[in-house]
Amino acid sequence: MKKISQLGLALFFATLSTVWIGCGDDMPDPSADNDQFDRSVMLEHWVDGFIIPGYKSYLEAIDSLDAKAKKFVADPDISRLNDLRNNFGFAYNAWQEVSMFEIGRAEELALRKHTNIYPTNREEILSNIISETYNLTLPSTFDQQGFPAIEFLIYAVSETDLLIVDLFNSNVAYKTYLTDLVTKIRILTGEVYTNWTTGYREMFIEDDGSSASSSVNRMVNDYLFYYERFLRSGKIGIPAGVFSGSPLTNNVEALYTFTPTLSKSLYLNSLSSFKNFFEGKSKYNGNGPSLSEYLSYIQTLTSGANISSAIEAAIDNAIEVSNGLDDDFYIQVEEDNSKMLATYDALQEVTVLMKTDMLSALNVSVDYVDADGD
Amino acid sequence: MTIHSYLNKTTKAASLAVFRILFGLLMIISLIRFTSLGWIDKLYISPELFFSYLGFSWVKPLGQWTYLLFAICGFSAIGVTIGYKYRISIIIFFLSFTYIELMDKTTYLNHYYFVSVMAFLMMWLPMHRYYSFDAYRNDNLRAQYIPRWTVDAIKLVLGIVYIYAGLAKINYDWLINALPLKIWLPGSYDLPLIGGLLEQPWMAYTFSWGGMIYDLTIPFLLLWKPTRKVAFFMVIVFHLLTRVLFPIGMFPFIMILSTMIFFDSRVHERILDVFAKIIGKSKNIFDNGSSAIYRIKENRNFSIFIVSIFLVLQLLIPFRYLLYPDNLYWTEEGYRFSWRVMLMEKAGTASFKIVDGETKKRFYVDNRDFLTSFQEKQMATQPDMIIEYAHYLRDHFTNQGHQNIEVYVESYVTLNGALSKRFIDPEVDLTKESNTWRHKEWILDN
Repeated sequence: MKKISQLGLALFFATLSTVWIGCGDDMPDPSADNDQFDRSVMLEHWVDGFIIPGYKSYLEAIDSLDAKAKKFVADPDISRLNDLRNNFGFAYNAWQEVSMFEIGRAEELALRKHTNIYPTNREEILSNIISETYNLTLPSTFDQQGFPAIEFLIYAVSETDLLIVDLFNSNVAYKTYLTDLVTKIRILTGEVYTNWTTGYREMFIEDDGSSASSSVNRMVNDYLFYYERFLRSGKIGIPAGVFSGSPLTNNVEALYTFTPTLSKSLYLNSLSSFKNFFEGKSKYNGNGPSLSEYLSYIQTLTSGANISSAIEAAIDNAIEVSNGLDDDFYIQVEEDNSKMLATYDALQEVTVLMKTDMLSALNVSVDYVDADGD
Repeated sequence: MTIHSYLNKTTKAASLAVFRILFGLLMIISLIRFTSLGWIDKLYISPELFFSYLGFSWVKPLGQWTYLLFAICGFSAIGVTIGYKYRISIIIFFLSFTYIELMDKTTYLNHYYFVSVMAFLMMWLPMHRYYSFDAYRNDNLRAQYIPRWTVDAIKLVLGIVYIYAGLAKINYDWLINALPLKIWLPGSYDLPLIGGLLEQPWMAYTFSWGGMIYDLTIPFLLLWKPTRKVAFFMVIVFHLLTRVLFPIGMFPFIMILSTMIFFDSRVHERILDVFAKIIGKSKNIFDNGSSAIYRIKENRNFSIFIVSIFLVLQLLIPFRYLLYPDNLYWTEEGYRFSWRVMLMEKAGTASFKIVDGETKKRFYVDNRDFLTSFQEKQMATQPDMIIEYAHYLRDHFTNQGHQNIEVYVESYVTLNGALSKRFIDPEVDLTKESNTWRHKEWILDN
C-alpha cells in the first residue's frame, strides 16, 4: 500500500514536470488549421502578394539605378545626371513599398538603417570622399549611406548641376563613393530577396502558430513599428516638430530633391503601401486574406466592435488630409506647419486603433513582451 | 468548541514541513527561471524609470546590486526549503521578495502578491519543527505535532484566493458575454486536440461559468474528505489548462502544490517518506511524540494576534474598491491585491504632450525614450501609472531647462473588445493633479 502511493506520488510529480517542460513557447502545432480563418493562407498572400514581388521590383529599380550610376560615372554630363536622378526617384519610391517588411534577413542585416537614415551627414560624407577610407558596414556610417547620401551626391553636393557634373569629372573619389553607395544597397537587398526565395518563404508561412514569435505576431509588430516610427514620426511628425516643439525642416525626407521634389510622393506611396497591406490588396497578386479580414473574422467570434472598418476609415481620412499638403514638405513646414500637424493627428488616429483595438483583438503581444501575466 | 480549545488542538507537523519544502522549492525554481530568462536585467536594471506603489517610492532597483538581491532571496529560499535557520531565512525571504515586487509596479502579478502573503504568514508559523535542518540539530525544537490553527491559517488564505477570484468573476461581461475569454481563447486555436473548439462561443461560456463555479466551490470540495481527491484532480486539470492557454508562468504550479495542504497529514508523511528516500534522511528521529509548544505563552498569543489581524485584512482589502465610484475595470482604483485574476482584456495608447504654459509651445514625448515597451503597455491602461509618468516627465523636462511645464495626455483604452475610448481628460494638466488614494476625477467615464 505504501509502495503504491509512493509510486503514485512519483508519477504525479513526473507528470507535472513533463507538462511544465512541455509548455514552452515553441510547442509544435499539428492542428494549426483548426479554425475557419487560415493564417497560413494570409501569410502566403503577404509573401507572394507583397514581400517577394515588392523586393523583386525594388531590386529591378536598384539595378537600373546602378546601370544609370555606372553610365554617369563613366562619363558625367547633365543628361546622364538627370537620367540618374529619374531612376533614383523610381528606386526610392520602390523602397517605400518594402521598407515595412524589416523581418528575417532584412532585420538581421538592418536593411532599413543601411538604406534610409535621414538627415544624411554631409560633413562625414565629404570627409569620407576626401579620405577615401570608410567602412559602410559600421553602424556609425548609417547616416552616410543609402538613398539620402546618394541624393546628396547627385542633387546637392555642389550649387548647380553643372558644378556637380564638374565635380564628378574632376574627382574620381566622388565616382567611387557614389558607386559604393549604390552597390551597398544592391548587395544587401539582393541578399534579402534571395533569402526569401530560397527557403525563408516556406519557413515564414509554416510558422503560422499563435506564439509571440510566430510569423503573424512578428509581422504585425514590425508593421506597426514601421508605421509609428518611420511613417508617422519619420516622414511627418519629426520634421513638423511634433516631438521637439519647433519644426526641424532638415529632417524632411528627400530634402535635396527638386523637379520633382519627392518628399510628398514618397510619403504617399509609403502610406498607400501600408494601407494595401492592411487590406490585402496586392498590385502583383490581386486581393487576398489580410489583417482587415482577420479582424472581421475575429469580430464574428467575439461580437465585438468593427475594428477593421474603423481602421480603414482612419487610414482613408489620413490620406485625404495628406492630399492637401504641398509636394515639398520643406515648403509645407516652413509656410504652414499646421497642415503637417493636422496630418500627424490623422496618422495618430490610425496608431491608436491599431495599437489598442487591433492588437487587443488579435491577441498580439507588443514587442514580444515575454513577462508573465496573471 | 470554544476558541480556547480550538487553539489548543494539534495536528501532525508533517503538514507544515511538506508545505515549507514545496513552497521553498518552487521559489528556488521560480527565481532561477526568472534569472535565466534575463528578466532581472530586462525588468529591473535596463529601464530608465520605475513605477512605485504609494508610500514605497523609496524602494528602487539597486543597479547591478539587484543581482545580489535576487541571490539573497534565492539563498533564503534554500534556507526555507531545508529548514536551516528557518526564522531568519523566511524573514529575509519575505523582505527580499517583497522588496523585489515593490521595485516596479509594472510587473505586478497576483501570484507574486500571493507569494508575499504566504511568506508573511509563514514567518509566524512553526514550519521548521519537523523534517528540517534546525529540528535535526536541536531536539528541543523537534516536534511531531503542531497547533492545528497554523495549518488552518494556510488553508484559509488559499480559500480566500479562490473565493475572491470566484466572486470577481460574477460580473456581466464575464458571465453573460463570456468576455474576455471570447477574445482570448481563439488565440490558442493552434493547441492540439482542443484548439479547434476554442473558437466556439459555447467554449468561452463553458470556461467562464466553469471557472467561476470552480473558484467558488473548490476550497469546500478540498475541505470535505469525500470530495477531496476529485477536487485535487480538478485543481490539477484546471491549473494545467490555464498554464497551456495563458502565459501565466509559475502560478499554476504554485497553486497546485499549495492546495496539497488540504490533504490530511498521513499523505504529507508519505510525501516526506519519498523525500527521505531521495536524500537518505529518514523522518523517524522527528517522530518524538512531542507537541510544539511556544516557549512562552505571550509568544503564542502574539503570533495568533498578528495572524488574526493579517487574515482579517486579507478579507477586507479586496473590498476596498467599494470606496471608489465608477467602473472598477476602467479606473482600476482598488483593483490590485484582490485576486482579480485574468479578468479583463485591456489595452491602450497614451501620448504625452508637454506644453510651456506661457508661450504655449508644445511637443509630444516619444515614450520609448523613457519606458520599455512592457512599461508603456502597462502604463497606458492604469491611471496611477499615467500620473506617475506625467510627473516624471515634468521633472525631467524641468531639469532640462524647460519652464512653466504642463503635461497633458492623449490616451485611448479598449476594454474587453469594445472600440477604444478616450481614457483620461485631455484638458487636465496632470502636473496640477496629485497621485493619492483619492478618486482620480480626471479619468473620463467609460
